[in-house]
Amino acid sequence: MPMEADEIVQLIKQGIPGAEVEMQDLAGDGDHWAATVISSAFVGKSKIQQHQMVYGALGGRMGGVLHALKLTTMAQKP
Amino acid sequence: MSEPEVFGRIREEIGKNDVLLFMKGTPVFPQCGFSAAVVEVLSELGVKFHGVNILVDPELRDGIKQFSQWPTIPQLYVKGEFVGGCDIVREMAETGELGQLLKDKGVTLANAA
Repeated sequence: MPMEADEIVQLIKQGIPGAEVEMQDLAGDGDHWAATVISSAFVGKSKIQQHQMVYGALGGRMGGVLHALKLTTMAQKP
Repeated sequence: MSEPEVFGRIREEIGKNDVLLFMKGTPVFPQCGFSAAVVEVLSELGVKFHGVNILVDPELRDGIKQFSQWPTIPQLYVKGEFVGGCDIVREMAETGELGQLLKDKGVTLANAA
């Protein structure tokens, strides 16, 4: 079962409180997502650490039920 | 808890190859769009790299995810350092950061401007 956008957003927000999350359905199949996550919690962290925080929030689903999530992280809005 | 045995093999591969890509398929025949994208980025930069096909090695496939604390493939290593997966590598290539990182680490680029 692919994951719903709302479920992904909720998990990320639970893991990174105050994060802004924007989802985009890349392939229109509800299975290939792009997420942009904006959070001040990313300040001073490397890209790898920022992505790891999001993967951590997803609690092991990434690479499993959630197989395609293109991730963009930012400490503040561009 | 002692670390998985496969970590030793991963360290050896990383030590042997300045630019190493853990990927699905081979550089000539990638079997996943994300792996293909990183191969393309590296080829455009003219970087010589070694590809490890994790699809033919289930132990390595699980092991590398634990080793890097990173849930997905591909994974790019430069001189022993984990650089990132597809999104980060592509973003770094766009901003020129990747070329700079490779140069800083002393990796030869055939297509250097």
